[in-house]
Amino acid sequence: MNGTGPKLDDYRAVAPRGSVDFLLRIADRLRGRRVVQVSVSRYGGAPVEILNRIVPILNDLGIETSWEVLLGGTDFDATVGAVSKGLAGVEQVVTEVMLARLHATCASNARRLPLDADLVVTHDAPTLLLVDGRSPGGRWLWRYHGDLSSPQPQVWNALRPFVDKYDAAVFSAPRFAAPLATRRFVVAPSIDPLSERNRDMARSEQSRRLERLGVPADKPILLQVGPFDRLRDPLGVINAYRLVKMHYDVRLVLAGPSPASGGVLMEVQEAASHDPDITVVLLPPDPQTDLNTLERAATIVLQKPLFTDFGGDVAAAMWKGKPVIGSVAGGIPSQIVSTVTGYAVETVEGAGFRIRHLLGNPELIGRMGAAGREHIRRNFLITRHLGDYLALLAHLTGGPEGSRRGT
Amino acid sequence: MTIDRLDSPAAPAHPPFVFQGCVHVCEMMPQEAHDTRELLESIKQVPAESIFCHTSALLVHRAPQPDAYPNDFALWADLELHDRRLAERLAAVDPFRLGSIEGVRAELVSTVEQHLQQLSGPPPHVGEPFRFLLYHVVPVQTGHEARTLREFRDALTEVDVSTLFFHIVDARYRLGRGRGDFAEWMDTVLGRPELAELLGHIDPYAGTLERVRDRHLIALNRALEEDGRA
Repeated sequence: MNGTGPKLDDYRAVAPRGSVDFLLRIADRLRGRRVVQVSVSRYGGAPVEILNRIVPILNDLGIETSWEVLLGGTDFDATVGAVSKGLAGVEQVVTEVMLARLHATCASNARRLPLDADLVVTHDAPTLLLVDGRSPGGRWLWRYHGDLSSPQPQVWNALRPFVDKYDAAVFSAPRFAAPLATRRFVVAPSIDPLSERNRDMARSEQSRRLERLGVPADKPILLQVGPFDRLRDPLGVINAYRLVKMHYDVRLVLAGPSPASGGVLMEVQEAASHDPDITVVLLPPDPQTDLNTLERAATIVLQKPLFTDFGGDVAAAMWKGKPVIGSVAGGIPSQIVSTVTGYAVETVEGAGFRIRHLLGNPELIGRMGAAGREHIRRNFLITRHLGDYLALLAHLTGGPEGSRRGT
Repeated sequence: MTIDRLDSPAAPAHPPFVFQGCVHVCEMMPQEAHDTRELLESIKQVPAESIFCHTSALLVHRAPQPDAYPNDFALWADLELHDRRLAERLAAVDPFRLGSIEGVRAELVSTVEQHLQQLSGPPPHVGEPFRFLLYHVVPVQTGHEARTLREFRDALTEVDVSTLFFHIVDARYRLGRGRGDFAEWMDTVLGRPELAELLGHIDPYAGTLERVRDRHLIALNRALEEDGRA
């Protein structure tokens, strides 16, 4: 691996047998196609994480891929925040003025950005309205990374006509899709096994980092990572831990970014103050190495949100060979193969029972962890994601010579 | 499932054997079923490729469960309808035995109809609806070719696992190419009818595609050992 990030060849050691050569073959046939990806930012969020990885590799493969970013005015961020939450089903006040601002921003960016390509992919709500300025020729794809199954009606009614102007929309799972007149495809998210979050880590480095995080490795660790908010249900996780603690001497680690306001974190810290085996870790702004450390140190990983989108933390833990006990929210059930790689549970009591079952049958921990890693290797690595992108590119832009523009 | 020609058509059974893999584009159909009756109506309506996607093609995305249901309909009946009897009956619909997608559809319809007749009350409603999908197959040459049994074995060891799907499952069940491309080539090109028979009887639904690859390799290795002894 060199300093500019992993090359496709670097994935041979971790991807399924034959898959890298296969990707090279597919790309050979699509060489010369042009793709433009458009997101609202280059920092933070699901689209950025995947575009950071996929765009350089696509270019290495000879598929000319650019990544453009919207430029917005001073109030644009607030508009984007409200519209995005509205689409995710969180009731918002979205005014006509805000929608007009979104439209105007997309219109001015459509004039500014070089959107002449075989395939234009816009990501999430902020870029959706760019399609209004599409020129004939290339195909347009709207990639929505969240859950669009129950959007705020007022927001959705205003935006849906624009989705239908696309050639297709792509969702992370069938259950996240909204009914549309245009075609709908499914591409599951992925993790990058060579990223800082998921790279191999020597035991010595892991021990050193764990100590720095203030997490003793003196007993089995139960871990949940994620923001300290009620939707992640950290208090439910503490209650599940307490059911287990009556029978097994374990440590619970709850790790997440420091929230803007106290809220649930204060309640979590209050609970931790009475129990030395509950450790709260406040993660720094770039927590990838710390997350890697904690997931590798964990015995069992919990992901028990009440509501989530795809829930990629599950795949990241499974890649590290950990059994995951997760709720049936969002995309979590599609990652956990219940009874094989972990358990999908619906209640605090279910989580407690399954943790106890694993701790009482430690051979299951290793077996489920190994099965989980293989499951991720075959279904949720970036190499599979690249294959899906290339397949979609081939499908939407026709055969190898068919729809190439400018030739 | 529809097919997008990214390369030349699938290699016909003449020398050499050209290994092709495939990638899939997963498209959502408008049909959704919220109970058993809607499932029945949708099974009757959707394109054959969608039936293929939820039955024969399940090998592409099946979970590593040794006792997993062999099709999405059975899994849904169990998990969402909580109707274990229907799940078990749907699980018994065997593409390997039926040989064609329309045959599979007919048996699914018959199974659900019979089950509905035996239901004493209204069909139960579900948590999550059954969402019908369809796979578009994009075939891609792997660059591997074989002219001899040994070359065939060596290539099969290395190719992307989708190659097995393309030459066994897609060829056999969607395209109706008899025993699948491997068995046909063994028989008609290498003149090995017994080996062809052996490969043609490997049940692709007995495990994951990697398991199917292993079972093929065991048969091929045994044949090569016997050749060495002869």
